[in-house]
Amino acid sequence: MKIAVTATGDNLDAAVDPRFGRCAFFIVVDTETAAFEVVENTAAGAAGGAGIQAGQRVADAGAEAVLTGNVGPNAFRTLSGLGLKVCTGVTGTVKEAIEQFNSGALKDSAASNVGSHFGMGGT
Amino acid sequence: MMSNRDRVKRIAIASGKGGTGKTTVATSLALALRHVEHVQYVDCDVEEPNGHILLRPSFEEVIPVGIPVPSINESQCTYCGQCAESCVFHAIAVSQSTKAALVFDKLCHGCGVCSYVCPEQCIAEHTREIGVVQRGQANGIAFVQGVLNVGEALAPPLIRAVKKHIAQEGVVLVDASPGTSCPVVEAVRGNEFCILVTEPTPFGLNDLVLAVEMCRAMAIPMGVIVNRDGVGDKQVEAYCEAQEVPILMRIPFDRHVAEAYSVGEPLIEALPEYADRLVRLYEDISRVV
Repeated sequence: MKIAVTATGDNLDAAVDPRFGRCAFFIVVDTETAAFEVVENTAAGAAGGAGIQAGQRVADAGAEAVLTGNVGPNAFRTLSGLGLKVCTGVTGTVKEAIEQFNSGALKDSAASNVGSHFGMGGT
Repeated sequence: MMSNRDRVKRIAIASGKGGTGKTTVATSLALALRHVEHVQYVDCDVEEPNGHILLRPSFEEVIPVGIPVPSINESQCTYCGQCAESCVFHAIAVSQSTKAALVFDKLCHGCGVCSYVCPEQCIAEHTREIGVVQRGQANGIAFVQGVLNVGEALAPPLIRAVKKHIAQEGVVLVDASPGTSCPVVEAVRGNEFCILVTEPTPFGLNDLVLAVEMCRAMAIPMGVIVNRDGVGDKQVEAYCEAQEVPILMRIPFDRHVAEAYSVGEPLIEALPEYADRLVRLYEDISRVV
């Protein structure tokens, strides 16, 4: 299956980006073949609807699950509504996150874990 | 004595920085002119209209305002995703593989493109209420305001609905919200002149520059009122002179003005000498245009 990991850089050694909607990149990995695709997150600079746009993007890339730090309310609704599983609170490198996922160590999240526009900084 | 033909009809009052005195000026200008002209005060600060506090209108009509948002008929939907792709506000998300279509009402701007492009024509529009327009009278002044629902982010459609009630005769004063973004542009658009109320401080100047640029981009003649004149510095004056933006009036800092405002008393009731000054302001504006 394909899983998307939010990343601060464009490779497997990059750190997991704690933001979903405004992360720098999505690394979409095929867990069976270990092949991966780097998707730049064009939603990062959006004034609004970044989570929805990002959710649409990873769904279009064929991901069935998302590994990330924080997910806001619109992003969560998009991901779960489009049938993707979401794991929040994921840390480490992209490679380590995938290993955690494959070993069954990660739990699915049932809801968003931060408020809207959390990833924009400030209060 | 000027003929009615020469007089300006629609004047917006904006500022840039908030709290500079737009409503103080707009309401007292309305009160000052009502003996000379038929006056309509239009409060387009729909997120927090406050003109009613000073003018105390009695309301005669409340009109709900909504925008059209999409309802996708999923029994006919093929999940092609064209609606999602066409939405510039990202208010729709669709997955072909999981057969899911989601609409985010709060992000929808009611543009209607999704229902237009749907190949199956299975998107209907239902109305989402965003606020109300209220009409009334205040001491011989025609009064219109918009009140946006709490939690609603989208002001411009309600402002457009408010502006539909602008009178076709007499003087119309359009009180805008602070700032220079979409709601202010919508309020100011279509008026013949824009009064920019500012204060002589670095904050006032910073936002005045943005407001001047906005008026220039919209090709609307403008003039500045410096409120709380005497506090702060001379940078606003220097800027206006360099930019050839006329300073129409200065309201000196006076604690009495703030005290009156704090109890909802209009400027010209607390300081009656402003009545003549405001009538002359209106005549000066007519000359500038």
